[in-house]
Amino acid sequence: MTGDASSRPSWWRRVAIYLYQRPNLSLVLLLALPLLWLAVFYLGALVSLLIQSFFKLDGFTGRIVRQFGLETYQQLFTAANMDVVYRTVIMAAVVSVACAVLAFPLAYFMARYASYRVRGILYLAVLIPLWSSYLVRVYTWKIILAQEGIITWFFNVLGLKPVLDAILAIPLIGGSSLSFSFIGMFLVFVYIWLPYMILPINAALERVPKSLIEASSDLGGRPNYTFWRVILPLTVPGIIAGSIFTFSLTLGDYIIPSVIGNSSFFIGRAVFAQQGTAGNIPLAAAFTVVPMVIMGVYLVVAKRLGAFDAL
Amino acid sequence: MRSSPALSVSPVMEGQRASLGLKASAGFALLFLHFPILIIILYAFTTEESSFQFPPPGLTTRWVSELFNRTDFWNAFGLSVLVALVATAVALVLGTLLSLALYRSSFFGKESITLLVILPIALPGIVTGIALRSGMSLTGLSFSFWTIVIGHATFCIVTVYNNVIARLRRTGYSQIEASMDLGATSFETFRYIILPNIATALLAGGMLAFALSFDEVIVTTFTAGQQETLPIWIFSQLTRPRDRPVTNVAALFVMATTFIPILLAYRFTNDSQGR
Repeated sequence: MTGDASSRPSWWRRVAIYLYQRPNLSLVLLLALPLLWLAVFYLGALVSLLIQSFFKLDGFTGRIVRQFGLETYQQLFTAANMDVVYRTVIMAAVVSVACAVLAFPLAYFMARYASYRVRGILYLAVLIPLWSSYLVRVYTWKIILAQEGIITWFFNVLGLKPVLDAILAIPLIGGSSLSFSFIGMFLVFVYIWLPYMILPINAALERVPKSLIEASSDLGGRPNYTFWRVILPLTVPGIIAGSIFTFSLTLGDYIIPSVIGNSSFFIGRAVFAQQGTAGNIPLAAAFTVVPMVIMGVYLVVAKRLGAFDAL
Repeated sequence: MRSSPALSVSPVMEGQRASLGLKASAGFALLFLHFPILIIILYAFTTEESSFQFPPPGLTTRWVSELFNRTDFWNAFGLSVLVALVATAVALVLGTLLSLALYRSSFFGKESITLLVILPIALPGIVTGIALRSGMSLTGLSFSFWTIVIGHATFCIVTVYNNVIARLRRTGYSQIEASMDLGATSFETFRYIILPNIATALLAGGMLAFALSFDEVIVTTFTAGQQETLPIWIFSQLTRPRDRPVTNVAALFVMATTFIPILLAYRFTNDSQGR
């Protein structure tokens, strides 16, 4: 290595020494490229989006008027557009709750009962769906939920077809088939985001100190009592951390509502339609401000509740 | 924030067994996560051409060869691989620089920088997508291969950053100090000490970045213009019922190709944990 170093031009070494003596300069140099990238391509884009939300579309000419104003936001707060917002937020909330209920037992089993080997396998079993193609997984549900698909077949085999029909007949959330109903969309959302809930809950459960559980049982707490009064409260930050993902991802998704469901608008689809076919970029931008504000508030509350330590 | 979680060893409750109810509900969640994958395997070989009939009336491998002859599929596949490779390369450089800068220093604004790195993936994809699009249209940048890469690299930085900074924190500073004490320059220390230490973290971060980019559709629809990456191809297929059998095979194929980087990334992060 000495030969290597001496054969190098000495200015190389001088640069190294110069930088070593100036840690602040080194820091700036290291940060310059990535920060420049993020500032130009990302922050710049976000700011330009925010600015555009204060412009407005001229209804007569169809051109964007580059003038600061709040007309676009007035348009956003009309009943039809607010319906889209409410629908999306309710879906996001219901999906988050369902994900938590479904994820908890698996996370709990992984953290407390699985052997080291089994735990590794279960991790992989959660990570593979998380990382494998999102679009393909959505498409699979198109197959599963189709009228002639496996779920209908399953109900038929069990002789429960009337039950399925009754469920689909429920106004609002039902539809002609699962594939064209809110129930179907709900199932797909839960399926796609479930791993995002399992991992933080599992992490929170693994951090519950064994000593606390032992102390509780030493003091006479039965397993049930220990679970409800010690383990569950300590896992709440994990559940909230998971819900940050499920909530935010549902708010911003536009693929699932356009593949599954009865083609009613969700925020994502509204944004897509406004900027695409309607050419109303200001309104599309104003629509994206909604999930940003909601997630901003959500993150502040989550931080108060200690969810960030569970990430 | 799709980051690979660290496997932490926690106390397993010896001598205690899970109740039947817990096992059943945990098993149900697992089944729920995995039966769609079985479905996609089954439907890739169905003889039914127009509907999603279950059970399939018969099995055939004919659609596999049909997909093989579809140039539109292979063009989209090629574009996606190329985009993912370039975006991963950019993310590797930027993510490594960031983690080297941030792992041992504390300065005013550091929190904001980490937030800025996470933001592209924490905010709903539609926000990132339309922000990039409006930014590009304001600056008059026309949509091309590079606009897709810019979008992908931006949200891939975080996977590399997370993996590398976690590794740097575990590595400890003594080796680096020892190297410097023995007269190595910062560049030599990076080449001979830091790089070997973070190599598998770079691989894991790179694999995840690749998988993330290869699969991305929401941001891509906003920055791709007329080009078709593989996810966009699949998305457009969903509205073409005539092509269903070919789409099924393509779905299985995509699923299988993303498996490999995920499994490798998992191995790389876990091997190093055992050290």
